[in-house]
Amino acid sequence: MAKTYKVAFKLNGKDVAAEVEPRELLIYTLREKLAHTGSHIGCETTHCGACTVDVDGMSVKACTVLTVQCDGSQLLTVEGLEQGGVLHALQQAFHEEHGLQCGYCTPGMLTRAYRLLQENPNPTEHDIRYGISGNLCRCTGYQNIVKAVQSAARKLTATAAKAA
Amino acid sequence: MIPAGFDYHAPRTLADAIKLLGDLGPDARLLAGGHSLLPMMKLRFAEPAHLVDLGKIPELRGIAQVGNEIHIGAMTTEHDLLRSALLAEKVPLLVEGTSWIADPQVRYKGTIGGDISHGDPGNDHPALMLALDASFALKGPRGERVVKADGYFLGLYSTLLEPGEILTQIRIPLPAAGTGWSYQKLKRKTGDFATAATAVLLQMKGNSVAKVGIGLTNLAPTALKARAAEDYLVGKAIDERALTEAARLAMSICDPMQDQRGDAAYKTAMCGEMTRRALAAAHARASKS
Repeated sequence: MAKTYKVAFKLNGKDVAAEVEPRELLIYTLREKLAHTGSHIGCETTHCGACTVDVDGMSVKACTVLTVQCDGSQLLTVEGLEQGGVLHALQQAFHEEHGLQCGYCTPGMLTRAYRLLQENPNPTEHDIRYGISGNLCRCTGYQNIVKAVQSAARKLTATAAKAA
Repeated sequence: MIPAGFDYHAPRTLADAIKLLGDLGPDARLLAGGHSLLPMMKLRFAEPAHLVDLGKIPELRGIAQVGNEIHIGAMTTEHDLLRSALLAEKVPLLVEGTSWIADPQVRYKGTIGGDISHGDPGNDHPALMLALDASFALKGPRGERVVKADGYFLGLYSTLLEPGEILTQIRIPLPAAGTGWSYQKLKRKTGDFATAATAVLLQMKGNSVAKVGIGLTNLAPTALKARAAEDYLVGKAIDERALTEAARLAMSICDPMQDQRGDAAYKTAMCGEMTRRALAAAHARASKS
Protein backbone atom coordinates (compact mmCIF):
# COMPACT_ATOMS: atom_id res chain seq x y z
CA MET A 1 0.00 0.00 0.00
CA ALA A 2 1.16 3.56 -0.71
CA LYS A 3 2.50 5.82 2.00
CA THR A 4 -0.20 6.89 4.42
CA TYR A 5 -0.50 9.82 6.78
CA LYS A 6 -2.22 10.06 10.11
CA VAL A 7 -4.54 13.05 9.93
CA ALA A 8 -6.20 14.44 13.04
CA PHE A 9 -8.93 17.06 13.19
CA LYS A 10 -12.01 18.12 15.13
CA LEU A 11 -15.25 16.79 13.71
CA ASN A 12 -18.36 18.43 15.14
CA GLY A 13 -16.38 19.28 18.25
CA LYS A 14 -14.88 15.81 18.75
CA ASP A 15 -11.28 14.83 18.13
CA VAL A 16 -10.98 12.28 15.35
CA ALA A 17 -8.13 10.77 13.39
CA ALA A 18 -7.76 8.73 10.23
CA GLU A 19 -4.94 7.06 8.38
CA VAL A 20 -5.13 8.06 4.71
CA GLU A 21 -3.23 8.03 1.45
CA PRO A 22 -2.66 11.55 0.12
CA ARG A 23 -5.16 10.90 -2.70
CA GLU A 24 -8.04 10.15 -0.33
CA LEU A 25 -10.74 12.82 -0.67
CA LEU A 26 -12.30 14.24 2.47
CA ILE A 27 -15.78 13.03 1.50
CA TYR A 28 -14.61 9.41 1.47
CA THR A 29 -12.84 9.74 4.81
CA LEU A 30 -15.96 11.25 6.38
CA ARG A 31 -18.33 8.66 4.95
CA GLU A 32 -16.28 5.47 5.00
CA LYS A 33 -13.68 5.85 7.75
CA LEU A 34 -15.54 8.13 10.16
CA ALA A 35 -19.07 6.79 9.54
CA HIS A 36 -20.47 10.28 8.94
CA THR A 37 -22.66 9.49 5.97
CA GLY A 38 -24.76 12.66 6.21
CA SER A 39 -22.67 14.38 3.54
CA HIS A 40 -23.46 12.86 0.13
CA ILE A 41 -21.67 12.24 -3.14
CA GLY A 42 -23.86 13.57 -5.93
CA CYS A 43 -21.84 14.32 -9.04
CA GLU A 44 -18.13 13.64 -8.75
CA THR A 45 -17.45 16.79 -10.82
CA THR A 46 -17.51 19.48 -8.09
CA HIS A 47 -20.82 20.88 -9.33
CA CYS A 48 -23.64 19.64 -7.12
CA GLY A 49 -22.58 20.58 -3.59
CA ALA A 50 -24.21 17.54 -1.95
CA CYS A 51 -20.85 16.95 -0.27
CA THR A 52 -20.65 20.45 1.23
CA VAL A 53 -19.13 20.60 4.73
CA ASP A 54 -17.75 23.46 6.82
CA VAL A 55 -13.96 23.52 7.29
CA ASP A 56 -12.31 26.22 9.42
CA GLY A 57 -15.20 28.61 8.83
CA MET A 58 -15.52 27.95 5.10
CA SER A 59 -18.12 26.11 3.05
CA VAL A 60 -16.12 23.49 1.18
CA LYS A 61 -17.01 20.74 -1.28
CA ALA A 62 -15.54 17.71 0.47
CA CYS A 63 -15.19 15.84 -2.83
CA THR A 64 -12.58 18.39 -3.92
CA VAL A 65 -10.36 18.51 -0.87
CA LEU A 66 -7.72 16.01 0.18
CA THR A 67 -8.04 14.71 3.72
CA VAL A 68 -4.33 15.37 4.24
CA GLN A 69 -5.09 19.06 3.76
CA CYS A 70 -7.36 19.01 6.83
CA ASP A 71 -4.86 18.10 9.51
CA GLY A 72 -5.59 20.29 12.55
CA SER A 73 -8.79 21.70 11.09
CA GLN A 74 -12.24 22.24 12.62
CA LEU A 75 -14.97 20.50 10.66
CA LEU A 76 -18.71 20.85 10.90
CA THR A 77 -20.98 18.46 9.05
CA VAL A 78 -24.76 18.12 9.00
CA GLU A 79 -24.51 15.69 11.91
CA GLY A 80 -23.16 18.54 14.03
CA LEU A 81 -26.05 20.93 13.54
CA GLU A 82 -28.32 19.32 16.10
CA GLN A 83 -27.30 20.12 19.66
CA GLY A 84 -28.44 18.03 22.62
CA GLY A 85 -31.42 16.56 20.78
CA VAL A 86 -32.58 19.98 19.59
CA LEU A 87 -32.67 20.60 15.86
CA HIS A 88 -30.79 23.62 14.56
CA ALA A 89 -33.06 26.45 13.43
CA LEU A 90 -32.15 25.59 9.82
CA GLN A 91 -33.14 21.94 10.22
CA GLN A 92 -36.41 22.95 11.86
CA ALA A 93 -37.09 25.47 9.11
CA PHE A 94 -36.38 22.98 6.30
CA HIS A 95 -38.90 20.68 7.98
CA GLU A 96 -41.55 23.36 8.48
CA GLU A 97 -41.15 24.98 5.06
CA HIS A 98 -40.94 21.64 3.19
CA GLY A 99 -37.48 22.54 1.93
CA LEU A 100 -36.71 18.95 0.91
CA GLN A 101 -38.28 16.09 -1.02
CA CYS A 102 -35.81 13.26 -1.62
CA GLY A 103 -33.37 14.78 0.84
CA TYR A 104 -30.24 14.04 -1.16
CA CYS A 105 -29.08 17.65 -1.51
CA THR A 106 -30.31 18.56 1.96
CA PRO A 107 -27.22 17.97 4.10
CA GLY A 108 -25.19 20.08 1.66
CA MET A 109 -27.89 22.74 1.61
CA LEU A 110 -28.06 22.86 5.41
CA THR A 111 -24.30 23.01 5.89
CA ARG A 112 -23.97 25.71 3.25
CA ALA A 113 -26.93 27.67 4.63
CA TYR A 114 -25.31 27.52 8.05
CA ARG A 115 -22.21 29.31 6.75
CA LEU A 116 -24.28 31.65 4.56
CA LEU A 117 -26.11 32.93 7.62
CA GLN A 118 -22.80 33.38 9.44
CA GLU A 119 -21.59 35.47 6.50
CA ASN A 120 -24.84 37.39 6.21
CA PRO A 121 -27.44 37.02 9.00
CA ASN A 122 -30.11 38.93 7.06
CA PRO A 123 -29.88 37.80 3.45
CA THR A 124 -32.33 38.91 0.80
CA GLU A 125 -33.92 36.31 -1.47
CA HIS A 126 -31.32 37.23 -4.10
CA ASP A 127 -28.51 36.82 -1.55
CA ILE A 128 -29.81 33.35 -0.67
CA ARG A 129 -30.18 32.21 -4.28
CA TYR A 130 -26.69 33.49 -5.11
CA GLY A 131 -25.41 32.08 -1.83
CA ILE A 132 -26.60 28.55 -2.56
CA SER A 133 -25.58 28.61 -6.22
CA GLY A 134 -23.06 25.86 -5.42
CA ASN A 135 -25.81 23.48 -4.29
CA LEU A 136 -28.05 21.82 -6.87
CA CYS A 137 -31.50 20.40 -6.12
CA ARG A 138 -33.40 18.30 -8.63
CA CYS A 139 -36.63 18.02 -6.66
CA THR A 140 -37.82 21.25 -5.15
CA GLY A 141 -37.15 24.05 -7.59
CA TYR A 142 -35.41 25.84 -4.68
CA GLN A 143 -38.45 27.91 -3.70
CA ASN A 144 -39.02 26.22 -0.35
CA ILE A 145 -35.31 25.99 0.32
CA VAL A 146 -35.16 29.77 0.04
CA LYS A 147 -38.17 30.10 2.33
CA ALA A 148 -36.56 27.75 4.84
CA VAL A 149 -33.36 29.78 4.91
CA GLN A 150 -35.36 32.99 5.29
CA SER A 151 -37.36 31.47 8.12
CA ALA A 152 -34.24 30.28 9.91
CA ALA A 153 -32.60 33.67 9.42
CA ARG A 154 -35.56 35.38 11.06
CA LYS A 155 -35.57 32.93 13.94
CA LEU A 156 -31.83 33.19 14.54
CA THR A 157 -31.91 36.99 14.38
CA ALA A 158 -34.80 37.07 16.85
CA THR A 159 -32.99 34.70 19.20
CA ALA A 160 -29.84 36.79 18.99
CA ALA A 161 -31.82 39.95 19.68
CA LYS A 162 -33.49 38.39 22.70
CA ALA A 163 -30.16 37.21 24.06
CA ALA A 164 -28.59 40.65 23.62
CA MET B 1 -13.33 9.29 -9.63
CA ILE B 2 -10.41 8.70 -7.27
CA PRO B 3 -7.10 10.29 -8.23
CA ALA B 4 -4.15 8.06 -9.00
CA GLY B 5 -1.66 7.80 -6.17
CA PHE B 6 0.84 10.58 -5.50
CA ASP B 7 3.19 11.87 -2.82
CA TYR B 8 2.08 14.98 -0.97
CA HIS B 9 4.31 17.84 0.16
CA ALA B 10 3.33 20.97 2.08
CA PRO B 11 6.31 23.33 2.34
CA ARG B 12 6.10 26.23 4.76
CA THR B 13 8.14 28.77 2.76
CA LEU B 14 8.36 29.85 -0.84
CA ALA B 15 12.07 29.00 -0.94
CA ASP B 16 11.31 25.46 0.21
CA ALA B 17 8.56 25.15 -2.43
CA ILE B 18 10.92 26.23 -5.22
CA LYS B 19 13.63 23.85 -4.03
CA LEU B 20 11.13 21.03 -3.74
CA LEU B 21 9.84 21.62 -7.28
CA GLY B 22 13.37 21.49 -8.58
CA ASP B 23 14.20 18.31 -6.67
CA LEU B 24 10.99 16.51 -7.65
CA GLY B 25 11.22 17.37 -11.35
CA PRO B 26 8.55 17.38 -14.07
CA ASP B 27 6.23 14.86 -12.40
CA ALA B 28 5.42 17.35 -9.64
CA ARG B 29 2.53 19.78 -9.84
CA LEU B 30 1.62 22.70 -7.65
CA LEU B 31 -1.58 22.52 -5.61
CA ALA B 32 -3.24 25.90 -5.05
CA GLY B 33 -7.00 25.81 -4.33
CA GLY B 34 -7.23 22.49 -6.11
CA HIS B 35 -10.55 23.24 -7.76
CA SER B 36 -9.20 22.99 -11.29
CA LEU B 37 -6.50 20.38 -10.66
CA LEU B 38 -8.26 17.92 -8.34
CA PRO B 39 -11.30 17.53 -10.64
CA MET B 40 -8.85 16.73 -13.47
CA MET B 41 -7.03 14.23 -11.28
CA LYS B 42 -10.32 12.60 -10.27
CA LEU B 43 -11.01 12.01 -13.97
CA ARG B 44 -7.39 10.88 -14.39
CA PHE B 45 -6.76 13.60 -16.97
CA ALA B 46 -3.77 14.50 -14.81
CA GLU B 47 -1.69 11.99 -12.84
CA PRO B 48 1.19 13.86 -11.22
CA ALA B 49 3.47 11.74 -9.07
CA HIS B 50 3.84 14.59 -6.57
CA LEU B 51 1.66 17.44 -5.37
CA VAL B 52 3.33 20.46 -3.79
CA ASP B 53 0.65 22.19 -1.72
CA LEU B 54 1.23 25.96 -1.53
CA GLY B 55 -1.49 26.37 1.10
CA LYS B 56 0.85 26.66 4.09
CA ILE B 57 2.95 29.56 2.74
CA PRO B 58 1.61 32.78 4.30
CA GLU B 59 3.69 35.12 2.14
CA LEU B 60 1.68 34.03 -0.91
CA ARG B 61 -1.54 35.54 0.44
CA GLY B 62 -2.62 39.15 0.81
CA ILE B 63 -3.87 42.23 -0.98
CA ALA B 64 -2.02 45.54 -0.65
CA GLN B 65 -1.52 48.84 -2.41
CA VAL B 66 2.15 49.37 -3.22
CA GLY B 67 2.75 52.75 -4.81
CA ASN B 68 0.31 53.01 -7.71
CA GLU B 69 -0.22 49.29 -8.04
CA ILE B 70 -2.29 46.69 -6.24
CA HIS B 71 -0.27 43.59 -5.34
CA ILE B 72 -2.18 40.37 -4.75
CA GLY B 73 -0.56 37.20 -3.44
CA ALA B 74 -1.19 34.30 -5.82
CA MET B 75 -2.75 32.12 -3.13
CA THR B 76 -5.33 34.78 -2.21
CA THR B 77 -8.72 33.11 -2.51
CA GLU B 78 -11.61 34.35 -4.65
CA HIS B 79 -13.56 34.75 -1.42
CA ASP B 80 -10.93 37.12 -0.04
CA LEU B 81 -10.89 39.12 -3.27
CA LEU B 82 -14.65 39.60 -2.94
CA ARG B 83 -14.38 40.77 0.66
CA SER B 84 -11.56 43.25 0.03
CA ALA B 85 -12.53 46.86 0.71
CA LEU B 86 -9.37 47.95 -1.08
CA LEU B 87 -10.32 46.16 -4.28
CA ALA B 88 -13.94 47.32 -4.07
CA GLU B 89 -12.69 50.87 -3.98
CA LYS B 90 -9.70 50.78 -6.29
CA VAL B 91 -10.23 47.86 -8.76
CA PRO B 92 -13.98 47.17 -8.82
CA LEU B 93 -13.70 45.36 -12.17
CA LEU B 94 -11.81 42.59 -10.40
CA VAL B 95 -14.49 42.28 -7.73
CA GLU B 96 -17.30 42.14 -10.29
CA GLY B 97 -15.45 39.56 -12.37
CA THR B 98 -14.65 37.42 -9.33
CA SER B 99 -18.31 37.41 -8.25
CA TRP B 100 -19.13 35.40 -11.37
CA ILE B 101 -16.48 32.74 -10.80
CA ALA B 102 -18.07 29.38 -9.92
CA ASP B 103 -19.91 29.32 -6.56
CA PRO B 104 -19.33 30.15 -2.89
CA GLN B 105 -17.70 26.83 -1.99
CA VAL B 106 -15.31 26.94 -4.93
CA ARG B 107 -14.51 30.57 -4.15
CA TYR B 108 -13.52 29.71 -0.58
CA LYS B 109 -10.73 27.48 -1.90
CA GLY B 110 -10.01 28.70 -5.44
CA THR B 111 -7.15 31.17 -5.77
CA ILE B 112 -6.41 33.95 -8.23
CA GLY B 113 -2.96 32.49 -8.93
CA GLY B 114 -4.31 29.03 -9.58
CA ASP B 115 -7.06 30.38 -11.85
CA ILE B 116 -4.45 32.27 -13.87
CA SER B 117 -1.73 29.59 -14.02
CA HIS B 118 -3.92 26.62 -14.89
CA GLY B 119 -4.31 27.82 -18.46
CA ASP B 120 -7.97 26.89 -18.76
CA PRO B 121 -9.55 29.24 -21.33
CA GLY B 122 -12.80 29.04 -19.37
CA ASN B 123 -11.31 30.67 -16.31
CA ASP B 124 -12.36 34.28 -15.78
CA HIS B 125 -9.26 35.94 -14.31
CA PRO B 126 -7.12 35.91 -17.49
CA ALA B 127 -9.47 38.18 -19.44
CA LEU B 128 -9.79 40.46 -16.40
CA MET B 129 -5.99 40.61 -16.17
CA LEU B 130 -5.75 41.50 -19.86
CA ALA B 131 -8.30 44.29 -19.49
CA LEU B 132 -6.47 45.56 -16.38
CA ASP B 133 -3.02 45.35 -18.06
CA ALA B 134 -1.77 43.32 -15.09
CA SER B 135 1.65 41.75 -14.61
CA PHE B 136 2.70 38.54 -12.87
CA ALA B 137 5.72 37.93 -10.65
CA LEU B 138 7.20 34.50 -11.35
CA LYS B 139 9.78 33.04 -9.00
CA GLY B 140 12.09 30.14 -9.76
CA PRO B 141 15.49 28.73 -8.96
CA ARG B 142 17.17 31.47 -11.00
CA GLY B 143 15.29 34.29 -9.27
CA GLU B 144 12.27 36.43 -10.03
CA ARG B 145 10.92 37.83 -13.28
CA VAL B 146 7.86 39.98 -13.91
CA VAL B 147 5.90 39.39 -17.11
CA LYS B 148 2.83 41.09 -18.53
CA ALA B 149 -0.49 39.29 -18.66
CA ASP B 150 -0.55 40.26 -22.35
CA GLY B 151 1.47 37.44 -23.85
CA TYR B 152 1.36 35.17 -20.80
CA PHE B 153 -1.35 32.85 -22.09
CA LEU B 154 0.03 30.65 -24.86
CA GLY B 155 -2.53 27.90 -25.42
CA LEU B 156 -4.69 25.28 -23.77
CA TYR B 157 -3.16 24.65 -20.33
CA SER B 158 -0.04 26.46 -21.52
CA THR B 159 1.42 29.68 -20.15
CA LEU B 160 4.82 31.38 -19.92
CA LEU B 161 5.38 29.73 -16.53
CA GLU B 162 8.51 27.56 -16.82
CA PRO B 163 8.92 24.21 -15.05
CA GLY B 164 10.21 24.91 -11.56
CA GLU B 165 8.65 28.39 -11.46
CA ILE B 166 5.84 29.58 -9.22
CA LEU B 167 3.49 32.48 -9.95
CA THR B 168 3.75 34.37 -6.67
CA GLN B 169 2.04 37.71 -7.17
CA ILE B 170 -0.38 39.58 -9.40
CA ARG B 171 0.33 43.29 -9.92
CA ILE B 172 -2.40 45.59 -11.18
CA PRO B 173 -1.80 49.22 -12.11
CA LEU B 174 -4.37 51.38 -10.34
CA PRO B 175 -7.05 52.45 -12.81
CA ALA B 176 -7.26 56.24 -13.01
CA ALA B 177 -10.03 57.94 -11.06
CA GLY B 178 -13.27 57.99 -13.07
CA THR B 179 -12.42 54.82 -15.03
CA GLY B 180 -15.48 52.80 -16.00
CA TRP B 181 -15.56 49.01 -15.84
CA SER B 182 -17.75 45.98 -16.47
CA TYR B 183 -17.56 42.20 -16.74
CA GLN B 184 -20.44 40.75 -18.73
CA LYS B 185 -20.60 36.96 -18.53
CA LEU B 186 -23.18 34.88 -20.40
CA LYS B 187 -23.65 31.49 -18.73
CA ARG B 188 -26.21 28.71 -18.63
CA LYS B 189 -26.56 29.14 -14.90
CA THR B 190 -24.86 31.14 -12.17
CA GLY B 191 -21.60 29.35 -11.49
CA ASP B 192 -21.09 27.91 -14.96
CA PHE B 193 -18.07 28.66 -17.11
CA ALA B 194 -18.71 31.43 -19.65
CA THR B 195 -20.55 30.74 -22.87
CA ALA B 196 -18.92 34.08 -23.69
CA ALA B 197 -17.67 36.89 -21.46
CA THR B 198 -16.08 40.29 -21.94
CA ALA B 199 -14.10 42.42 -19.47
CA VAL B 200 -13.85 46.13 -20.14
CA LEU B 201 -11.86 48.87 -18.44
CA LEU B 202 -12.69 52.24 -19.98
CA GLN B 203 -11.25 55.69 -19.46
CA MET B 204 -13.00 58.62 -21.16
CA LYS B 205 -11.77 62.10 -21.91
CA GLY B 206 -14.85 64.21 -22.41
CA ASN B 207 -16.98 62.23 -24.82
CA SER B 208 -14.22 60.21 -26.42
CA VAL B 209 -12.33 57.16 -25.34
CA ALA B 210 -8.91 57.91 -23.88
CA LYS B 211 -7.94 54.36 -23.02
CA VAL B 212 -9.70 51.01 -23.11
CA GLY B 213 -8.81 47.43 -22.21
CA ILE B 214 -10.96 44.57 -23.50
CA GLY B 215 -10.48 40.91 -22.48
CA LEU B 216 -12.49 37.94 -23.79
CA THR B 217 -13.16 34.73 -21.84
CA ASN B 218 -13.65 31.21 -23.25
CA LEU B 219 -13.71 32.23 -26.91
CA ALA B 220 -10.39 30.66 -27.96
CA PRO B 221 -7.75 28.29 -26.51
CA THR B 222 -6.69 31.22 -24.30
CA ALA B 223 -8.26 34.42 -23.03
CA LEU B 224 -7.96 37.08 -25.72
CA LYS B 225 -7.03 40.74 -25.72
CA ALA B 226 -9.34 42.43 -28.23
CA ARG B 227 -6.57 44.67 -29.51
CA ALA B 228 -8.20 45.76 -32.76
CA ALA B 229 -11.38 46.73 -30.93
CA GLU B 230 -9.33 48.66 -28.37
CA ASP B 231 -7.32 50.53 -31.03
CA TYR B 232 -10.47 51.33 -32.97
CA LEU B 233 -12.23 52.85 -29.95
CA VAL B 234 -9.51 55.28 -28.89
CA GLY B 235 -10.66 58.81 -29.74
CA LYS B 236 -14.19 57.69 -30.58
CA ALA B 237 -17.45 58.42 -28.82
CA ILE B 238 -19.23 55.38 -27.38
CA ASP B 239 -22.24 55.52 -29.69
CA GLU B 240 -24.23 52.86 -31.49
CA ARG B 241 -21.82 52.77 -34.44
CA ALA B 242 -18.77 52.40 -32.18
CA LEU B 243 -20.40 49.63 -30.14
CA THR B 244 -21.32 47.72 -33.28
CA GLU B 245 -17.87 48.05 -34.82
CA ALA B 246 -16.04 47.22 -31.56
CA ALA B 247 -18.25 44.14 -31.14
CA ARG B 248 -17.50 43.10 -34.73
CA LEU B 249 -13.75 43.50 -34.20
CA ALA B 250 -13.95 41.44 -30.98
CA MET B 251 -15.92 38.73 -32.74
CA SER B 252 -13.38 38.64 -35.59
CA ILE B 253 -10.68 37.14 -33.34
CA CYS B 254 -12.88 34.51 -31.67
CA ASP B 255 -12.17 30.82 -32.21
CA PRO B 256 -14.37 29.05 -29.65
CA MET B 257 -14.78 25.31 -29.17
CA GLN B 258 -18.17 23.84 -29.95
CA ASP B 259 -19.55 22.23 -26.81
CA GLN B 260 -22.68 21.94 -24.69
CA ARG B 261 -22.67 25.73 -24.28
CA GLY B 262 -23.13 26.29 -27.99
CA ASP B 263 -21.57 26.05 -31.40
CA ALA B 264 -18.84 28.38 -32.63
CA ALA B 265 -21.19 30.73 -34.48
CA TYR B 266 -23.44 31.13 -31.45
CA LYS B 267 -20.57 31.71 -29.02
CA THR B 268 -18.99 34.23 -31.36
CA ALA B 269 -22.27 36.10 -31.71
CA MET B 270 -22.57 36.12 -27.91
CA CYS B 271 -19.05 37.56 -27.68
CA GLY B 272 -20.37 40.43 -29.74
CA GLU B 273 -23.32 40.91 -27.41
CA MET B 274 -21.24 40.67 -24.21
CA THR B 275 -18.68 43.12 -25.65
CA ARG B 276 -21.43 45.54 -26.53
CA ARG B 277 -22.97 45.29 -23.04
CA ALA B 278 -19.63 45.58 -21.26
CA LEU B 279 -18.67 48.69 -23.22
CA ALA B 280 -22.07 50.28 -22.61
CA ALA B 281 -22.00 49.48 -18.89
CA ALA B 282 -18.40 50.67 -18.50
CA HIS B 283 -19.31 53.84 -20.35
CA ALA B 284 -22.23 54.47 -17.99
CA ARG B 285 -19.87 54.11 -15.03
CA ALA B 286 -17.05 56.21 -16.49
CA SER B 287 -16.77 59.85 -15.60
CA LYS B 288 -16.75 62.06 -18.66
CA SER B 289 -14.50 64.83 -17.43
